[in-house]
Amino acid sequence: MAELVSLADGVADLVRDGDTVALEGFTHLIPVAAGHEIIRQGRRGLTLVRMTPDIVYDQLIGAGCASKLIFSWGGNPGVGSLHRFRDAVQHGWPVPLEIEEHSHAGMANRYVAGASGLPFAVLRGYSGTDLAKHTATIKPITCPFTGEQLAAVPALNPDVTIVHAQRADRDGNVQLWGIAGVQKEAVLAAKRSLVTVEEIVDELEPRPGALVLPSWAVTAVAEAPGGAKPSYAAGYYDRDNEGYQAWDAVSRDRDEFGKWLAEVAA
Amino acid sequence: MSDYTTDEMMSIAAARALKDGMSCFVGIGLPSTAANLARRSHAPNLKLIYESGCLGAKPSRLPLSIGDGELAETADAVVSVPEVFNYWLQPGRIDVGFLGAAQLDKFGNINTTVIGDDYADPKVRLPGAGGAPEIAASCREVFVVLRQSKRAFVDKVDFVTSFGHGSGRGDRERLGLPGAGPTLVVTDLGLMRPDPGTAELTLTDLHPGVEVAQVLEATGWALKVADDLRRTPEPTEAELAGLRELKKAGE
Repeated sequence: MAELVSLADGVADLVRDGDTVALEGFTHLIPVAAGHEIIRQGRRGLTLVRMTPDIVYDQLIGAGCASKLIFSWGGNPGVGSLHRFRDAVQHGWPVPLEIEEHSHAGMANRYVAGASGLPFAVLRGYSGTDLAKHTATIKPITCPFTGEQLAAVPALNPDVTIVHAQRADRDGNVQLWGIAGVQKEAVLAAKRSLVTVEEIVDELEPRPGALVLPSWAVTAVAEAPGGAKPSYAAGYYDRDNEGYQAWDAVSRDRDEFGKWLAEVAA
Repeated sequence: MSDYTTDEMMSIAAARALKDGMSCFVGIGLPSTAANLARRSHAPNLKLIYESGCLGAKPSRLPLSIGDGELAETADAVVSVPEVFNYWLQPGRIDVGFLGAAQLDKFGNINTTVIGDDYADPKVRLPGAGGAPEIAASCREVFVVLRQSKRAFVDKVDFVTSFGHGSGRGDRERLGLPGAGPTLVVTDLGLMRPDPGTAELTLTDLHPGVEVAQVLEATGWALKVADDLRRTPEPTEAELAGLRELKKAGE
């Protein structure tokens, strides 16, 4: 059964220095408030995992929380580059960042294998690309039935996965709708999980197409209204596109970023 | 004919390449502009598929990212990311993949990973692969759209993020890649298609007002020119109006 906790307690209990941590969300429902709480609590040496590291990962990297990033597309969607990510990769600032780079299909399948309790997944992509030359977690494999050459990728089993959803009830059952990305797989693949939600309600009304993570599949649930901003939560608020654009200027400059960080950490 | 920019010509030329009823896997930026323009003009039944899991999206304005809420609200179905890649893309169910690029080489290989020879110490770190390697591998064909310059059109890409035709015709078959790979490149100056024999990109169409020398000057290899070089028809008033309306609605 998921425990109902405060965001600060949830992060303090579940995210430890050196952990492999996935904060998933595909443009929609990005757990930004949880990311800021990790920065406030000063975690170090994290291996951050996410298909689409965007500005909250730029912030975590700039704050020096991460020593490694496992990802498939790192950018500020609709705006441009992640400057803190670039600074860490190209100049080792504020700390060097090791990267493990996949395609979206590779990452999605790694989570599926993790959620399925299997050691690896198989896909047809990567053939002829340079990704396999630089990423040790992409290996060729021969189909035992047809002889076809395919790519194998190992399961991803994060120590902790954090996602954001619209609602949970008081028993900790979570309801999520709209673009669901890879969140279900990332939660089920993880050893521990924290779900932040817009609101905790007495009863979850069924919604067509909604995804439910039953209480017994989640470690902890924390109420965090607006916890996905500047991304969005369908049914609650829209994406703050200007917020994404504004990040570009803050993140380009180490001093400007330092001011932002001091405000968040305060 | 009213005035139009080379960027407008590029978007319109790219939109024209999409036929009604096709399914199209759409990348953000120029590909998304072209695909949305096509759906609003000559291809109302074009199925737009975005890697965020939106199948058959019908946005009324240009989405600002592939996970824009408008895409989910107007889609025939919203599915998980593993489902998009495993059930829809990988088996080759999608007619066209529409991609952008940071670098493109003469065999249509795409780089969106790093600029520079040293992966560990790049000159410029780019966003990375995203969905592009699987789009390039598995869509029945791939269209690439990007502005033409010596920096972008290189003899050999620094990093093969998404496989085009490798080092020539036959490489895709040898690797067992199911799709036909890049069959069309749309730029602000003209169109290129792979040579039927060698798969080397060849200039086949020039946009209005553009001369061959201009295209050669903006290409980082000795670009071959088709014997039967064609002229792209001028944008129609309706195409320009549609594009401008779409751009305006996105602001």
